[in-house]
Amino acid sequence: MTALHAPLAPAPRPAVRRILSHGIYETRNVLRNGEQLLVSLILPLLVLFGAHRLELITSAATPSIDVITPGVLALAVMASAFTGQGIATGFERQYGVLAYLATTPLGATGLILGKAIAVLAVVAVQVLVIGTAGLVLGWNPDPVGLLWLGVVVVLGATAFTALGLLLAGTVRAEATLALTNVIWVLLGAAGGSVFPLDHDGAGALLLLLPSAALGEGLRTAALEGSFPVLEALILAGWAALAVLAARRWFNWR
Amino acid sequence: MPQHPPCLTLRHVRYAVGSARSPQGLKEILRGVDLTARSGEVTVLLGPNGAGKTTTLSCAQGLLHPSQGSVALLGQDPFRAGAELRARVGVMLQDGGMPQSVQPRALLKHVASLHQDPWPVDDLVSRLDMGDFMRTSIRRLSGGQKQRVALAASLLGRPEVVFLDEPTAGLDPQSRQTVFGLIDELREMGMGIILTTHLLEEAQKLADSVFILKDGEVVRHGSVAELTGAAAAGAASADGAARRMVFTASRTLTRAEIGSAPVSIELDGGADNAPGATWMTPRLSGPGQLRELAAWWELIDMMPVEVRMEARTLEDVFWEVSVS
Repeated sequence: MTALHAPLAPAPRPAVRRILSHGIYETRNVLRNGEQLLVSLILPLLVLFGAHRLELITSAATPSIDVITPGVLALAVMASAFTGQGIATGFERQYGVLAYLATTPLGATGLILGKAIAVLAVVAVQVLVIGTAGLVLGWNPDPVGLLWLGVVVVLGATAFTALGLLLAGTVRAEATLALTNVIWVLLGAAGGSVFPLDHDGAGALLLLLPSAALGEGLRTAALEGSFPVLEALILAGWAALAVLAARRWFNWR
Repeated sequence: MPQHPPCLTLRHVRYAVGSARSPQGLKEILRGVDLTARSGEVTVLLGPNGAGKTTTLSCAQGLLHPSQGSVALLGQDPFRAGAELRARVGVMLQDGGMPQSVQPRALLKHVASLHQDPWPVDDLVSRLDMGDFMRTSIRRLSGGQKQRVALAASLLGRPEVVFLDEPTAGLDPQSRQTVFGLIDELREMGMGIILTTHLLEEAQKLADSVFILKDGEVVRHGSVAELTGAAAAGAASADGAARRMVFTASRTLTRAEIGSAPVSIELDGGADNAPGATWMTPRLSGPGQLRELAAWWELIDMMPVEVRMEARTLEDVFWEVSVS
């Protein structure tokens, strides 16, 4: 039996090291989780290849790969930031993991920042994999626009992570699981992320959805090489609303 | 002997959920809890289910903010304190608080990485005999194995104070002894240990001070000797507990006979007043009362079938509090 002889000498590691450590821990957990990888990478890749070959099953005009690739990137960002983080955080809350980690030197703020690092790391992998697949299929983005695309991806990831955490902190884990999946499918199919919306009539109203703002913003950046100001403002607005709501209603246990 | 310094103080802590305006109204979970725990001591919180033990711990850990009253954990408000204080405090939650898909080793290494100078993970793994299941996902562990992982996680930072909510729930007897041995060792190091348990016999052996909660209030507190009456009654035995006497009556006792007994007697464990019923004196103040009882048996012409002395235990005190 090992005796614990060390004297009591408790001290936290520096904040940056703690947050980085938690970000790496969370990223590993996501990348090792088969279900999360399926939703974050495999399904978006299937959508990319499927939409690219849509003309095989329909005679209607199909969008070009230059339109589809940014849309699938939007779908992937929603999958990891909203669905993936929402479900993971919902179950962590149910099992008391959030409450436990909040009592460690990491604290609530470190926990959220660590999660943000994990989301950004996973999103970086998604951009790399889906972007490469798009390039192989003939995607030809504007080089300057890629910089703006990166900015919009970060804004979108922030807004959808905040929305996912809001859901995870306010309803039961099982409900979070069902809701995030259903909302992801609905926003992916008809929310203006993968396929562009009509900018007239009802379609114009749907542009206020975060999914449409993300999809339209990524398409504007990649196709036109310009910064999508309106879409960025809409995403920032959703992020601010979700953060404020989470501060008010998020329940750690 | 000089008292150890306090590591945790709760003063008139109230905690309520709901709202006075909602149909369900305001529900008070804690109704003015006063509690002091000291470094180098084991403080045990006892109470029936729903008494407020876990809520008291949550307020002490800074997970809940009291509606009224104050909490000082190592001299600071835990609800507003930063990483410096949290590093000095270890927490084991009742439900474990562990991610299900992660292996224990990965979790423990991660928790250790949050501290500047943690105990080596392998030392705690060896001490708590966890080597066999370090690479099994937490989801697949038994309840007792999960408890040991959660306990190890709470101790990794070498804290000055540790909160253990039901640390031995689900453990087999051997693991329970290991955990209690470890708690003893940590106390010797000067750690303040605040724990809840339903194992009253173990609590009696471990506790330096006991707080019994009921309906959100501390209804009794003190050392085990104080609570069992040993300190006040002057009837302390070698094990530090007061004595009670139990006798088996050979016949039914009349109400007048019960009323004429020289010390208060009551049926043990809610038995019926019938031949063969077991009666007990909750507390004897000394040998003189034994003589008085023998004289009373002679007076009512009843020879007990069996007479025995028992140490008054924490369980007796807990039972009294629970049914009162």
